[in-house]
Amino acid sequence: MPFCGPKCSLCCTIVSIWGIVQLVLMGVFFYSHSVALAEDLTLKEHYNNLDEFYKDVNASYQQNAYNCWIAALIYLVTLCVSVHQFWLNNRVSYQV
Amino acid sequence: MPLFRSEEMTLCQLFLQSEAAYACVAELGELGLAQFRDLNPDVSAFQRKFVNEVRRCDEMERKLRYLEKEIKRDDIPILDTGENPEAPQPREMIDLEAAFEKLENELREVNQNSEALKKNFLELTELKHILRKTQTFFDEMAESGHEDEHANLLGDDGLRTGGQVLKLGFVAGVILRERLPAFERMLWRACRGNVFLRQAEIDAALEDPVTGDQVYKSVFIIFFQGDQLKTRVKKICEGFRATLYPCPETPAERREMAIGVMTRIEDLNTVLGQTQDHRHRVLVAAAKNIKNWFVKVRKIKSIYHTLNLFNLDVTQKCLIAECWIPVADMETIQMSLRRGTERSGSSVPPILNRMMTREVPPTYNRTNKFTAGFQNLVDAYGVATYREVNPASFTIVSFPFLFSMMFGDAGHGLLMTLFALWMVIKEKPLAAKKIQSEIWVICFAGRYIMLLMGLFSIYAGFIYNDVFSKGVNIFGSAYKVNLTNEELQHHHSAMLVPDEANNHYRQTPYPFGVDPIWMMAENKIPYLNAYKMKISIIFGVVHMGFGVILGIWNHRYFGHSMNILVEFIPQIIFLVFLFGYLCILMFIKWTKYYAGAEDQALTPGCAPSILITFIGMVLFKYDTVPLDGCDNYMYPGQVTLQKVMIIVAVLVVPVLLLGKPILFKIEMNKSKNHAALHNQNGTAEGEDVEVAGVPQTDGHEGGDEPHEFSDVMIHQAIHTIEYVLGSVSHTASYLRLWALSLAHSQLSEVLWLMVLRKGLMFQDWYGGVLLYFIFAAWAALTVSILVLMEGLSAFLHTLRLHWVEFQSKFYAGAGYLFVPFSFENIMEVQPGEE
Repeated sequence: MPFCGPKCSLCCTIVSIWGIVQLVLMGVFFYSHSVALAEDLTLKEHYNNLDEFYKDVNASYQQNAYNCWIAALIYLVTLCVSVHQFWLNNRVSYQV
Repeated sequence: MPLFRSEEMTLCQLFLQSEAAYACVAELGELGLAQFRDLNPDVSAFQRKFVNEVRRCDEMERKLRYLEKEIKRDDIPILDTGENPEAPQPREMIDLEAAFEKLENELREVNQNSEALKKNFLELTELKHILRKTQTFFDEMAESGHEDEHANLLGDDGLRTGGQVLKLGFVAGVILRERLPAFERMLWRACRGNVFLRQAEIDAALEDPVTGDQVYKSVFIIFFQGDQLKTRVKKICEGFRATLYPCPETPAERREMAIGVMTRIEDLNTVLGQTQDHRHRVLVAAAKNIKNWFVKVRKIKSIYHTLNLFNLDVTQKCLIAECWIPVADMETIQMSLRRGTERSGSSVPPILNRMMTREVPPTYNRTNKFTAGFQNLVDAYGVATYREVNPASFTIVSFPFLFSMMFGDAGHGLLMTLFALWMVIKEKPLAAKKIQSEIWVICFAGRYIMLLMGLFSIYAGFIYNDVFSKGVNIFGSAYKVNLTNEELQHHHSAMLVPDEANNHYRQTPYPFGVDPIWMMAENKIPYLNAYKMKISIIFGVVHMGFGVILGIWNHRYFGHSMNILVEFIPQIIFLVFLFGYLCILMFIKWTKYYAGAEDQALTPGCAPSILITFIGMVLFKYDTVPLDGCDNYMYPGQVTLQKVMIIVAVLVVPVLLLGKPILFKIEMNKSKNHAALHNQNGTAEGEDVEVAGVPQTDGHEGGDEPHEFSDVMIHQAIHTIEYVLGSVSHTASYLRLWALSLAHSQLSEVLWLMVLRKGLMFQDWYGGVLLYFIFAAWAALTVSILVLMEGLSAFLHTLRLHWVEFQSKFYAGAGYLFVPFSFENIMEVQPGEE
């Protein structure tokens, strides 16, 4: 049963595809410790020794990578739902 | 080069035999290559020859529009096969007229019938409701134990006190629900409270037979005593447009009536259904053909409209037309004329001969779907003068390029490219949809421009190393941080000096674009500003210089070769000696100074500010004290060269100002002498005079060139001031490339920082869920602000740079557009008007 109009489902489909592509890539970059994304890590203001700093950096990189992939997975679900909706909408409009 | 100049046009005279004229014009309409001139401009529209036919077409169109309206009212899909039927023969017109007449009459009759039926139906339904509702009123009374309704209403006491037996009358009717309160109040006041009103709402909405609207109504019943009150009540009902229905007094009669009404309603329903079916059948049949008919009628109408522009020959046997046609298409037009003659069965071939004229021909640029968008951008500013250099061909590259300098972000460029690519690939189905939304129409017309703008933006994005405001390190940065852990721990930031001693820089630059290390640098913005400002000026000067150079082709083509000397050379000298030199200074600064130079005068600290140098050059100010160990000048002999260049640049201004007027004066004197000489020789050399007259007719400037010396002088003075001041302000104007680019990159960085980073702050699994929502918000903002708004603003600035800064250097844009008589154009325009 379509609960989402043709435009809405198309919009969701596009955002989902974009989300999957970008978030998977961002996940990969976080996982491979990309320097460009270092500014997006969550770190403390001040560190006393290097080990502690490295530990936090590594943990943050990894967590952000996982979070990106989780979001990408949810977008995958959204994509399936919205494509299904889109298909339903199209079919309905052909019948009439 | 088809786009370099507009097509060569010629004015032709066309003799058509009366019988063949219609078929020939129809063929030319299919071809769409001839622009007819009105040969009887002083004849009013009602006095023309084919006014009767045009009027008949108008009538047919009206009928078709009526049909179309009815079809749309019934939501019947109109079949649009997109086929293009040929213009029908004149005799077919009668058939068409008869067919439309029949259809229209049939439809009108059906509509009238169904309206009458609906009205009837409404009355019956209202009556049905009245009977039902009043029945409940009466029933309520009956329940309270009394048989006589009259007694119930006022009570036994009331009747007795009156001392006489009262006979109460009543009327029942239906009224619009919103009128009821006013109606009630009016009744009370007018009858002094002596009437009794009961009302009940009808739940279902009723259809108004005239307007087709759904209206809500209420049933009322009014009890009163005496005839006087009765007339008064009836008057009030009339005033409030209430419909009164006869309502029998006894229950048995009422029941009987109700049964009668029900059967009649049922009968009516079947009849109504049949009428509707009939109407539907008629309309469905019409919907299949209506587009086709519209095309046919419009073609006939446009042909007769064109024939009205023609002149009648004295013998009334042939029509004379004048039209502008491209010289290259003479053959094609001859062919189609011959085809038209054959079709009409006429034996006399049409005659097409070229005419000489002083008039300036229309400008016709042959475009295809790719170049049309760019040509439109140019035409929006001004249609090129006939055979002038057309900037559209250069715009194809320079427009997306300058746009991309402002819109430089590979991510945003990719989004734009994908959208444009979709429009380009799905071109045919999208065009067939004929979406009327204005924004869509603009986007779709500019799909190829957008595609190029997107692709160029991706390129510029990689040069600027910006992908959604993040840098990418494709080839490996040329810098590395060569510090020990202790040093890193105790310094907030580190300076990476690119000299060999520090070993921070591998001594070969990053191969393509900006080194990604700059994305992390604290002085990223000062660095990018300096870089972008300089390339803006360099590209600006190149762009303007190119415009000035294009002027040569105009001067030469229009036979003003001397203008190259007095206009082009001063202009290019002025531009190159001031602003071209500015660009050269930039290159010297880029290449001469470097970190780790052994000579202190060559270290980056000693590099002079280009802007200060340039201002000093213009003001002849060379007494600034250099820093310790630095050199005041970038190369030996700089002062002399700069002084010479300024003086030359100033000296060319009077040349530019006076050159053309003096030339004009000399030519005037020469022609005067020449004319005097001829006068002396007398009439014997009449042939010579004629020959001298011919080039004037052929001349490209026509008759509107200024002929007074003062005119030329004023014109040239304005032109000179415009050019000199323009060079300064236009060069500065190109700095918008830098400003917009800075704004764009900063805006996208802020968006990443303020929105997307918020989704990356949570160090737990639910961060992914939050990121899901935040990403959607970021994506929406990216598209709406960065791609749409910023894209539009960059587009408008690029348009300005082309119209004002580039085209003002060579483009007059004083022509008028070639509007051929073409069925295709007529079909495209008309749907928009409705």
